[in-house]
Amino acid sequence: MNEIKFQERIDAEKKIEPKDWMPDAYRKHLIRQISQHAHSEIIGMQPEGNWITRAPSLRAKMILLAKVQDEAGHGLYLYSACETLGISREELVQQLHDGKAKYSSIFNYPTLSWADMGAVGWLVDGAAIVNQVSLQRTSYGPYSRGMVKICKEESFHQRQGYEIMAEMAKGTPEQKAMAQDALDRFWWPSIMMFGPQDSDSPRTGNAMKWKIKRQTNDDLRQDFINKTVGQAELIGLTIPDPDLKWNEQRGHYDFGEMDWDEFWSVVNGNGPCNKQRLAHHKKAHDEGQWVRDAAKAYAKKQELVAN
Amino acid sequence: MAENATVWEVFIQSKNGLAHKHAGNVHADDKVMALENARELYTRRNEGSCIWVVKSEYIVSSETEDSEAFFDPSNDKMYRHPTFYTMPEGSKHI
Amino acid sequence: MSSLFTYTLRIADSSLILGQRMSEWCSKSPTLEEDIAMSNISLDMFGQANGFYQYAAQLDGLKSADELAFRRNEREFFNHQLVEQENGNFGNSIVRNFLHDTFNFLFYTQLANSKDETLSALAIKSLKEVKYHLRHSSNWLVRLGDGTEESNAKTQVALNELWMYTDEIFEMDALDTELFNEGIAVDNSALKSDWDTMVNNTLEKAKLTRPEDEYMATGGKKGLHTEYLGFILSEMQYLQRAYPNAKW
Repeated sequence: MNEIKFQERIDAEKKIEPKDWMPDAYRKHLIRQISQHAHSEIIGMQPEGNWITRAPSLRAKMILLAKVQDEAGHGLYLYSACETLGISREELVQQLHDGKAKYSSIFNYPTLSWADMGAVGWLVDGAAIVNQVSLQRTSYGPYSRGMVKICKEESFHQRQGYEIMAEMAKGTPEQKAMAQDALDRFWWPSIMMFGPQDSDSPRTGNAMKWKIKRQTNDDLRQDFINKTVGQAELIGLTIPDPDLKWNEQRGHYDFGEMDWDEFWSVVNGNGPCNKQRLAHHKKAHDEGQWVRDAAKAYAKKQELVAN
Repeated sequence: MAENATVWEVFIQSKNGLAHKHAGNVHADDKVMALENARELYTRRNEGSCIWVVKSEYIVSSETEDSEAFFDPSNDKMYRHPTFYTMPEGSKHI
Repeated sequence: MSSLFTYTLRIADSSLILGQRMSEWCSKSPTLEEDIAMSNISLDMFGQANGFYQYAAQLDGLKSADELAFRRNEREFFNHQLVEQENGNFGNSIVRNFLHDTFNFLFYTQLANSKDETLSALAIKSLKEVKYHLRHSSNWLVRLGDGTEESNAKTQVALNELWMYTDEIFEMDALDTELFNEGIAVDNSALKSDWDTMVNNTLEKAKLTRPEDEYMATGGKKGLHTEYLGFILSEMQYLQRAYPNAKW
């Protein structure tokens, strides 16, 4: 009975709110998806934040810091949305530390040069935007509202990155080479952000039925590629895919085979930065314990005094 | 084992004269910290002229039209935070 | 170099270096909320630095704000030694910030009355931000001082170690005096008594003991710094130095 009513609401494009009845599987799916989205934002602060102290101008420094700070904010909106499903942020962080929860594997790649700040902003945030715009229509209310808020803030992120790439591409030969190198290293990992191909994605069925997901991985990936090819051409950079070609019949770009071995390898823990990202997160968490304890202790003392 | 932090719901008044709108939540230990955290998180883009914070446990919600929400007694809390539950001293994995 | 130029540079440098230190907390803070707060403070400091560097560049007429920030060496920087001290643990940063925020609050309050319109305007704008910084660092100082035994101990250690950098900020050299007499600069030495009152007040709430004045460091105004500044600048200036002809 509940299942039927629930599905009717979904089909009628009504939002599901925290107090509403929902199938356990729906709740579990959302907890997994939202928390992993949140973890991604937070972990993403590391590769992006890597160049804050070395940003090459005052303006670049402030913009990058504001951007990375936004990511923290996005993580917080998402943890907040996830908590409405009956789980605490502390539990979610524990899952991350235990390796039970994942985060977007793009962040397991290192940011090796300043141009990577351009590539990451343009491609990684660009891919995120495609995904997040679609998710604005997700069925779960708090998640949907979180996505709307995030999307408003995200477009500056992509512009920030694209601007860096555009400037470098028309700068000195060394700058142009640096920008091209960053594109070479981030292109494939960025398009793999959309996840496995639909044929290899077992959870897609339910996610689409419950309108958690509104478009499939392959659709989103194609959308991103279509949007981005022209952007690269405009600034004179070459996407490292010899098979990239406009297909008049399909009305889309054809593109080359992704290296799924690398994808699964990195997802399963064997990427260049997997260990480092978690270790950094754990370290910050552990080193902050005494501070959190102090704040709690102080608050308790105030309560006692007030009473 | 660290306790869960206190969760506060945040309401922002974007412009003088308008009603406060729910923006989300923050974690904080005391009300001063809650206000400051809310300011940091929700008003970086001039979105606020006034902030309210309320501990989540004090929010009371009405029923939705689906009253067959069979786990929920009436006058239920709006959010299902595990922090509202006191666990016995020494309990683990819960 | 005019006196006004150097005076402006001093303020810009302290803002920049403190901003740089605060930006190092990104993704490392004890809570996510605090991460955002630290970044906000850092952004404010960079904004202040940028404002003062822009003015200095105008006065100089030769170098841009970025050139002033990224192409001067360690003996040409005039920031307070206090702001270049390392972040250390969270308590260390809070203590450092608190001591400097209190000074900044009093300093900008006075600078707002400067006969130099630009300095006055910059001070008024910065004061709004600094009031918030002071609130942030004061509140945290009290939480840490009056939190747990461990937090009190750690914070006391930080206070003891940073105390030696709290004398230099009140110095008046010939340049300060010259500009003060023209109604442009602030009398730093006159800020000390209010600073003492404010600091003592908060330390008491924080259950921390004010350290004795022993050896007190000096030299920032002469471009003499602790060994930290060299490393801060190497990191910060790397790209501009490595690609001197590039535009970013």
